[in-house]
Amino acid sequence: MADVLTVAGLKAYYQTNYFGVQREVRAVDDISITVRADEVYGIAGESSSGKTTLIKTFAGAIHPPLRIVGGSMRYRFDGQEIDPYAVSAEELNRLRWRHVSYIMQGSMSVLNPVRRIHRSFADFAFSHMDLPKARFWQAVEEHLERLSLSPDVLRGYPHELSGGMRQRVTIALATVCRPGFIIADEPTTALDVVVQKDVLALLDDIRRTLKSSVVFVTHDMSVHANMADRIGIMYAGRIVEEGPTRALFTAPKHPYTAHLVASLPRIGDATRKPALGGRPPALSDPPGGCRFHPRCPLAIDKCRTEVPPLETVGADHRSACWRSAEVEPLTPPSGASGEEVA
Amino acid sequence: MFHIIRDLLRFNREFAIGVAFLGLIVVYSLLSFVSPIDPDIQFMEFPDLPPSGEYWFGTNSRGQDLFWQLTFAFRNTLGFGIMVAAFSRVISITVGLVSGYVGGAVDRVLMVINDVFVTLPLLPVLLVFFFVLGDSLNTINLALLMACLGWPFDARLIRSITLGLRHREFTRHAMFSGMSPLKIMFEEHLPYVMPVVFATAMANMLWAIGVEVTLAVLGFTNINLATVGTTIYWANNHSAMIVGVWWWIVIPVVLVVMLFIGLYLLAVSLNEYIDPRSRLRRMGG
Amino acid sequence: MRTYGFFVLKRFGQLLIVVFLGVSATFFITHLSPLDPVEQTMGRLTRQSGFSPEAQEAMRAALTELYGTDKPLLEQFYSFWSRLVRGDMGPSLLAFPTPALRLVKRALPWTVGLLTTTVLITWTVGNLLGGLAGYFQNSRLLKAFGVFAIGVQPIPYYIVAFIMLILFGFLWPVLPISGGAGMFVEPGWNIHYALSIVHHSILPASSIVVVGLGTWFLGMRALVSNVVTEDYVTYAEFGGVESRKIVGSYVIRNAMIPQLTALAMVLGGVFSGTIITEEVFSYPGVGTLLIDAVNAGDYTLVLAVTSISIATVATAIFVIDLLYPLLDPRVRVR
Repeated sequence: MADVLTVAGLKAYYQTNYFGVQREVRAVDDISITVRADEVYGIAGESSSGKTTLIKTFAGAIHPPLRIVGGSMRYRFDGQEIDPYAVSAEELNRLRWRHVSYIMQGSMSVLNPVRRIHRSFADFAFSHMDLPKARFWQAVEEHLERLSLSPDVLRGYPHELSGGMRQRVTIALATVCRPGFIIADEPTTALDVVVQKDVLALLDDIRRTLKSSVVFVTHDMSVHANMADRIGIMYAGRIVEEGPTRALFTAPKHPYTAHLVASLPRIGDATRKPALGGRPPALSDPPGGCRFHPRCPLAIDKCRTEVPPLETVGADHRSACWRSAEVEPLTPPSGASGEEVA
Repeated sequence: MFHIIRDLLRFNREFAIGVAFLGLIVVYSLLSFVSPIDPDIQFMEFPDLPPSGEYWFGTNSRGQDLFWQLTFAFRNTLGFGIMVAAFSRVISITVGLVSGYVGGAVDRVLMVINDVFVTLPLLPVLLVFFFVLGDSLNTINLALLMACLGWPFDARLIRSITLGLRHREFTRHAMFSGMSPLKIMFEEHLPYVMPVVFATAMANMLWAIGVEVTLAVLGFTNINLATVGTTIYWANNHSAMIVGVWWWIVIPVVLVVMLFIGLYLLAVSLNEYIDPRSRLRRMGG
Repeated sequence: MRTYGFFVLKRFGQLLIVVFLGVSATFFITHLSPLDPVEQTMGRLTRQSGFSPEAQEAMRAALTELYGTDKPLLEQFYSFWSRLVRGDMGPSLLAFPTPALRLVKRALPWTVGLLTTTVLITWTVGNLLGGLAGYFQNSRLLKAFGVFAIGVQPIPYYIVAFIMLILFGFLWPVLPISGGAGMFVEPGWNIHYALSIVHHSILPASSIVVVGLGTWFLGMRALVSNVVTEDYVTYAEFGGVESRKIVGSYVIRNAMIPQLTALAMVLGGVFSGTIITEEVFSYPGVGTLLIDAVNAGDYTLVLAVTSISIATVATAIFVIDLLYPLLDPRVRVR
C-alpha cells in the first residue's frame, strides 16, 4: 500500500514570551509516522499529550505561538509529493478540502454562528470543486442524502441543529469534496453515547465509499478499538508505541499502552482497573530519559537517563521502551474471580 | 505589587508612556506647593508676555505667571478627578458586590437603575443640576454629583466578577461558617475586584476631568478656582487666540492632552494585565 | 416572527420606563430649584419694557396659572405629564412667548442629523478599519492608525472640537466655524442650502468623527484578536476559505455583534459629545439651545430640552436594540 502521509522527526513547539517570561512547550517532539492509503490511523493518548497539536501540524493549521521547529512532512496525492510547509499559500489552499480535510474538535463551534449552513458549504467547497453553481448544489444535496441528511439543513443556522446533527453536517462539509485524507480530531467527544455510535458509523461509511485515509484522534480507547486499523500511542509529545490495533490490544509492548488498554471496560469483567499513578508531565519541562519513567512500574535506572528509540518489536509493530520484551498485558484472563467490585 | 509594576514598566510600552506622562503632570502639579505666587492674585506681572527664560510659559492677560498658575490648575483638576473616582468607586463597589452577591430581586432592581443611568445623556443632566443649584454647585458637590452619575459601567463590571465568585468554594465555606454577607462581600470578595477597581479608577478620572474641563470652559463651575477648565475659560474670555496670546491656550491644552493620554494608557495597560482577553473599556463623556 | 414581535414589545416597554424615569427625575430636580419660574419670567419681561404695576400683577397671575407653581408638587407633576403628552411644555423665556417645544423641534433635526451621520460614519469606518487591523496585525498603516487612535480617543469632545476650531478657524481658515448654514442662503429644498449645510457641518462632524473613530477602531481591534481564535475562524482558514471572506463574513461579522451592544451603551455619551461640539461651533442644535437656556435661566426650555434629549437617546437605543436580532440570528429564538 502506498503511503499518503510521511512524517519524519517532526517537532512543533509553542514558544511564548509574555511579560519577559519565555516558555517553550514541546507539544510535538520528534515524531515519525506514516499513514497509508485507505486506512484508519488512530492516535491515542491522555489530554495534553500533544495529539491535537500533532494533527494541527498535519492540517497545516499552524499559528504562532506554535512553530514547526524541525523534521519533515510530505503528502502524496495522485503520484505527486507535496510538503504543505514548503508550498505557496495558493498551492496549500488547493490542497485543502480537495485532498486534505479536517473534522475539528468541538462540533458546537466550528460553524460560523451568523451564517446559514448553505453559505458555509459554498465558502468551503465551491472553489475547490470546479463545478458550475447548479451542479455544485446538486452535488451537495446528493452528498447530504448519502449521509441521510435532509437538504433542508442547508437553510438553517448552526444553533438550530442538535449537537449530533451539527456533527453530521460538519462531517458532510468535510467530505463533500471527496478528499483522500481526512483528519478527525475527537469528532465524538462532546456527543452522547447513542449519537456517538451513529456519527462513527457515518464516518466509517463515508470513508469506505471514498476510500480515503483517516487520521483519527481520541483519548477513548473503545472508539479506537472499533475504528482504527493501526494505532499510534502518544505520551508527552512523543509516539511511544505504534502497531496494528489487534496487536496493540492483545499484546502491548509499552507499559503505558498496557495501562490504556487495561482501562477499557469489558462486558462481564468486574475487576477493579489498576489506576496509573501520577500525572502526565508538563510539556514545558518534561522529565529526562523516557518521559514515562516517573509513572512506570517497570522503570529502571537506564529509563531515567536514556531516551528509548522506537524499535520494531513485531510485525508492523514498534515500541519505545527499554524493557518492551517484559511488558505483559494487564488485563487478567477472562473468567477470573471478581471479588473486588468496582 | 512592586514586581508587577516593574514588569509592566519593562515590558509594556503603553504602561511606561502612561506612567511617564501622568508622572510628569503630577510632579508639575506638586510644584504648586512651592509656588512663589498666589493663584488668586492678578496683575502681579506684566500681562501678555510670551514664554521666555523668565516666564517659562509666559504670562496671561490677567497678569499672572502662567507656569505657576498652571501648577495650581493641574493640582485642582487632578484633585477633582481623584475625588470623583474615589466617590464613584464607593458606589460602584457597593452596588456591584451587592448586586452580584445577593442576586435575585435586588440585583434586578439595581440593574434596571443601572440601565437608566447608562441610557441617560449625562451632559444635559449635569446642566440641569447646574441650572438648579447655581453657585452652590461647588467643587465638592460637583464631584459628588458626578460620582452619582459615573458609577454604572464599573458597577456592572464588578457585578460580573462577583457573580463568578459567588459559586466558588471559598464563598460557600464562608457562608456555612456563619460569616455575615457584609463580611463575605467586603473581606472575601473585595480583594478579587480590586485590580479592576484600580483600572477603572483611571478611566473614571479621565472621564471626570474631561467633564470638569467641559463644564468649566462653559463657565458652569466655580470660575474663580484655578483649574485646567477655568484657565481655558478665562483665555476664551480674553479672546486669547484672537489677540495672539496663543500660549495661554496651547500650553494648557497640550498638558491636559498629555494627562488624558497618560491616564488612558494606564487604564488600558492595567486592563490588559488583569485580563489579556479583556476588551477595551470605552467611555463617552 | 411572533418571537420578534414579543421582543419588540418588551424593548418598547423598557423604552417607556427609561423615558418616564429620566424625564420625571429631571422634573423633580428642576422643581427643587430655588428659582421661581414666575419671578424669573417677570424679572426678564419687566426689565425689557415698562409695565404698569397692575399689568405686572395680571401677568404674574397669568404666569402662575400657566406654570401652576401655586399647586402641590404632585399635582404639578401630573399636569406636567399630561401637558407633555399633548406636546405642550409652556412658553420659553428665552424667546417669550414662543412655546419651548417649538424651539426644541426647530433645533432637534440639526442635532439628530449631526448625530446620525457621525455615528454611522464612525461606527462603520471604525469597525471596518479596526477589524482589518485586528486581522492583519502586521500592516504598518493600520498600526500607525492605532497609535493615532490611542492618542485621540481619550481626549474629550470639547478639547478636540476646540483644537479643530483653532486649527481651521485661526491657523488655516478654510471652513466655516459657526452656524448650521450660510446666513444668506435661502432655507428650503434647494441645492445651495443643502451644500451650505454640508459645508457648515464639516468641522463639527469631523471633530466628532475623530474622537469616535478611535473608540470603535480600538474596540474592534481588541475584539477581533479574540474572535480570530474562535473555532469557526480557524476552521475556515483551514478550509481554504478566501481570506477576504474570512475577514468580512467570519471575523468582522461576528465581532460586530458586541459592538452594536456597545453602541447602545455609549450613545448617551456620544449625544453629550455632540451637544458640546455644537456649542463650540455655534451649531443650531439642541446643545446650543440648552446652554443658551441655562445661561438665560429659562426654566421651561431647560426642562423641555433635557426631556426631549432623554427621549431621543432612549429611542435611538431602542432602534439599535431592534437591529440586534437581525445581526445575531441566535437571539431570534430566545
